[in-house]
Amino acid sequence: MDIDALLPQFAAQLFELFAALALAPLLTGWVNQWRARLQGRTPPPLLLPYHTLMKLFGKEPLLAHNASSLFRVAPYLIFSCMALAAAIVPTLSSELLFAPAADAIALVGLFALARVFIALAGMDIGTAFGSLGARREMLIGFLAEPALLMVFFTASVISGSTSLATIVDTLAHREFHIYPSLAFAGVAFTMVSIAENGRVPVDNPATHLELTMIHEAMILEYSGRHLALIEWAASLKLFAYSCLGIALFFPFGIAQTLGPGALAIAVALMVGKLALGGFLLALIETLSAKMRVFRTPEFLGSAFLLAVLAVLVHLLLEGSR
Amino acid sequence: MSPLTLILTCLAGWLAVGLAGVFFARRFFFVARILFPAGAALAIGVAAAALASIFSDPETAILPLGLPGLPFHLRLDALSAYFLCLLGAVAAGVSIYAAGYLRRREGSATPGQQCLLYHLFLASMCVVLLADDAYVFMVAWESMALSSYFLVTSDHRIAEIRRAGYLYLIVAHIGAIGILLSFGAMSGGEADGYTFAAMRTHELGGWLQSAAFLLALAGFGAKAGLLPLHVWLPEAHPAAPSPVSALMSAVMLKTAIYGLLRVAFDLLPEQQWWWGALLLGLGLATAVFGVVFSTVQSDMKRLLAYSSIENVGLIFAGVGLSLVFAANAMPLLGALALTAALYHCVNHAFFKSLLFLTTGSVLHATGQRNLGRLGGLIHPMPWVAWLALVGVIASAGLPPLNGFVSEWLLLQSFLFTPQLPHGYLNMLLPVAAGAVALIAALAGFAMVKFFGVVFLGQPREEALAQAHDAGTLERIGLVWLAAGCLALGVLPNFVIATLDPVTQLLVGSGFANSAGKGNWLLLAPISEERASYNALIFLGGIVACTGAVFVAVRSLFHGRLRRVDTWDCGHPVAGGRTQDTAEGFGQPIRQVFAPFFRITREHPSPFDREPHYRIVVEDPLWHLLYLPLARLVEFGTRLVGLLQRGRIAIYLMFSFVTLLALLMFTTR
Amino acid sequence: MNAWLSTLPGLPFAGQLINLCAAIMLLIAFAMLSQRRISSLIRLFALQGAVLCLSTAVVAQSTGQDHLWWSALITLLLKVLLLPWVLRRLVQRLSVKWDVETLINIPTTMLVGIGLVIVAFNVAQPISELAGTITRSTIGIALACVLLAFLMMITRSKAVPQVVGFMSMENGLFFAATSATYGMPMVIELGVALDVLVGMVVFGVFFFHIREKFDSLDIRHVEEKARHD
Repeated sequence: MDIDALLPQFAAQLFELFAALALAPLLTGWVNQWRARLQGRTPPPLLLPYHTLMKLFGKEPLLAHNASSLFRVAPYLIFSCMALAAAIVPTLSSELLFAPAADAIALVGLFALARVFIALAGMDIGTAFGSLGARREMLIGFLAEPALLMVFFTASVISGSTSLATIVDTLAHREFHIYPSLAFAGVAFTMVSIAENGRVPVDNPATHLELTMIHEAMILEYSGRHLALIEWAASLKLFAYSCLGIALFFPFGIAQTLGPGALAIAVALMVGKLALGGFLLALIETLSAKMRVFRTPEFLGSAFLLAVLAVLVHLLLEGSR
Repeated sequence: MSPLTLILTCLAGWLAVGLAGVFFARRFFFVARILFPAGAALAIGVAAAALASIFSDPETAILPLGLPGLPFHLRLDALSAYFLCLLGAVAAGVSIYAAGYLRRREGSATPGQQCLLYHLFLASMCVVLLADDAYVFMVAWESMALSSYFLVTSDHRIAEIRRAGYLYLIVAHIGAIGILLSFGAMSGGEADGYTFAAMRTHELGGWLQSAAFLLALAGFGAKAGLLPLHVWLPEAHPAAPSPVSALMSAVMLKTAIYGLLRVAFDLLPEQQWWWGALLLGLGLATAVFGVVFSTVQSDMKRLLAYSSIENVGLIFAGVGLSLVFAANAMPLLGALALTAALYHCVNHAFFKSLLFLTTGSVLHATGQRNLGRLGGLIHPMPWVAWLALVGVIASAGLPPLNGFVSEWLLLQSFLFTPQLPHGYLNMLLPVAAGAVALIAALAGFAMVKFFGVVFLGQPREEALAQAHDAGTLERIGLVWLAAGCLALGVLPNFVIATLDPVTQLLVGSGFANSAGKGNWLLLAPISEERASYNALIFLGGIVACTGAVFVAVRSLFHGRLRRVDTWDCGHPVAGGRTQDTAEGFGQPIRQVFAPFFRITREHPSPFDREPHYRIVVEDPLWHLLYLPLARLVEFGTRLVGLLQRGRIAIYLMFSFVTLLALLMFTTR
Repeated sequence: MNAWLSTLPGLPFAGQLINLCAAIMLLIAFAMLSQRRISSLIRLFALQGAVLCLSTAVVAQSTGQDHLWWSALITLLLKVLLLPWVLRRLVQRLSVKWDVETLINIPTTMLVGIGLVIVAFNVAQPISELAGTITRSTIGIALACVLLAFLMMITRSKAVPQVVGFMSMENGLFFAATSATYGMPMVIELGVALDVLVGMVVFGVFFFHIREKFDSLDIRHVEEKARHD
């Protein structure tokens, strides 16, 4: 590859990374607003997450006496994992510099790496809540991770590739074709992303109730810039998952070339799709009730099995073609 | 000097080192600080010679040892060389570590005896990998079993350890019988049929061939810890001193995999696809079983031992998949699956020995193996903790370390499953891929538990604050292995190029040419459009991003920090007892996978003065399979015992009747 | 038959639609398998009927077989509107809201379900090779739906879910008929529809009787009674 071809890819990559960093808190704010509206509360300002982040970055972090260096490194690592994940997902264009370095399996690995570090950080101070949260997070993780992987597998057997860029190219830019297996994968993916982002039937991002909290229990001891990074990383994760959903199931409009015009259309379409997705998420959260923690394995186990079924359905219905 | 000669010289060197250990048994300093490092240097020699010989033609030698007319046939081909390389590279790290780990008065065996057995163990594993006839293979195999048995029971005053060693010995011998019978089936009953060269040329009938494979599977499976012959593994590994556990888990299990590969791909002329399906099913069952059990253990070495079972299962699954492809004449895919399995062999060797060695350091520093009495060790033992973290991440199969690469390859080979001509198998393979994904994720759970409970949190016992970090030699060993994990993780194409001759030898195809494709860092089996992974850019991305964020946050805002008491949502924090115990952390798994376990619980009653809660999680196979079997054997021996009356006249009568019967039989 | 079908324009897309319907049928079958709440179960059943109706309509449109329009209409009336309404009334009258107990836990049931799907797909392979239609691979799915409904009947301890399972089984059969052979003769379809209706009435009467006798709709009571007699 020569430099002339690399440069626009590099530019697109940087653009996408910074777009993700900038837009992720907005998506969180949007979901929160709709949640409040649907539940009959006065919605918080749309830009509240940005204010929170700025406030937290300005504050002085309080660190427990026995916090180890792992505790202090973890937020940076988690943040960069999520930023990279958001950069890998072909949100705006499938011509990305980073695309060959990491495929769908590596993306799952990246999410898992962040999960392991956040769980370890939760255990580091040695409080009851921290280890409780870590245990529950790993419980969700060990079922959500294979389910997500199987969702990717479905897309991969359809497109014959685990590279996200190729998957999106196949689904978006070839002749239109209905893939029934994606219906299964879509349901499984929705379930996984709800669980992975700590959303309502599985976890509640707005609670500190000891019986139910998962994500919040692990990050109780974080404050100041560390907390800001973790909150931002959570927003990025939601953003990355939403973009993944769009890329896998509604990929129409993702730019295949790197012209400014194509990118502009892609941005406009993506914002529209994300807004719709955020609204749907808020709707799901409002319509369902929080599950007991031990219903979660059942929920995610179903997601996993649905994703396996998706591959089977592909083999039966689409395999012969 | 040819590579084989060099390796044999190193072998002789190990024997000399071992004998020197016995002669200078009293001089602890000499044994620990001179002899073991010398062993490590020899191990590096073995690894280097093996690496050099992978790309050259097979080399044979006949040693005039052994019985008259039965010389030792040795052969160094690509498969042997690859495993020898693994052995040497890992043994170097473990030996250096052992040099620092050895204590003057620990256990019942003296350092000198341990030195002898340790190097004998290494040398016999080496000969197993080099053997080119059934006779020398079995001799080496048995001396490997025996020397490791003595190493396991080096603390033989403890009844539990004696029991573990006994179990190990029994299973090892049952396995050896299987291997012996398999060789017998393959020799075709000819006089010189015992050499591997002769076995390769024998045309076996269909069922005889399958019988030989199944016997070999049972024999090698027993050594590798394949279900249901795994019971010895979680007993023997914790019982042994940590460097020995590391060697057993990292190298000895791999010799069993080597043996199976040798028999299935090399000695048996044609493969059946159902062998592969069987191996795949057994491997996945073993892996799920191992990982589920490893998450509920409360002894840190048992946890790692079960995790070894899991990894062996994954390797077997890869080998099985490769057999399926090879039997269906799809050599390229067979090579991919086999590469994944072989890659996982070396990865597991590195990260598991690293983890076992860190448990050794923890054990020496605290005297505790029980996770429930550890905790917070990252503060007094930062070196061990951070190096263990490397092993943990590798073992959990996370990028950018080595465990991820082989799991990635394995998943890829499942994904590339084209339309195999077997309906059910075709449909079951996606389910198997799902199982692999589940196993990888559960391994993450087990590893978070291991690291979090041992090294993080608050110390669960007061004495832990006095723990000391590992010594210099121990650190060198650990750093060597951790560096191996990193290197294997970020330079996968180098390993795949090394594996190319091996897969060429076994399935007749390799994909080193298509994998590299001019870009030395990009791992892309088959083609870049289908799948690619670049570990170095990945690692670079994470490091650069973390660094950039760190600098940006400090420069845009500030770097102030205040140390305070723990908040914990306002709850008063009373020591380390409010943290999860090992049992507590594994509780979700115990609940989700309840049918896997045999659980006995003792609940306290509300009126107890000193309430006790006890839970025992056991392997159901032990009760369902082994105890009935043991009872059957006992019953049988009691029947035989009826003959034993203790009177000479009766014994003479037995002989007399036998004599009469034989006379009548022969003169008929 | 094959020749004239494949000459029709737009059929590949219709085939894709039918395949999608098949996948959604299967998805609903799995959803029913994992559903604990009776009201949701009835809603899923209605949804399955709707998908069935849709796929029948698609087949009718693409093949031009008029009698399939009628069977689509019957499906709509009977399975989407009437039967769910009756069931809902029944549940209200009997005031059963929950079906918390399943005999086997739900992930295990789903795992067994996946096994059944694999078996169904493989068993249906030779049959679907006989069928001449281009959507023949849906036979496997239809068979899987039937088996899954059967499984649901086995794993539930309450009577209402069992009845829903029974009727969902009929949905699977009907789907196999329309997608694989483009519909059975009208008489048979009417007969089957009538059968289901009568079955429903019989079950309705039966429910009230069990309730009167045992004060519960748990069929285990009936089993116990049978054992004692």
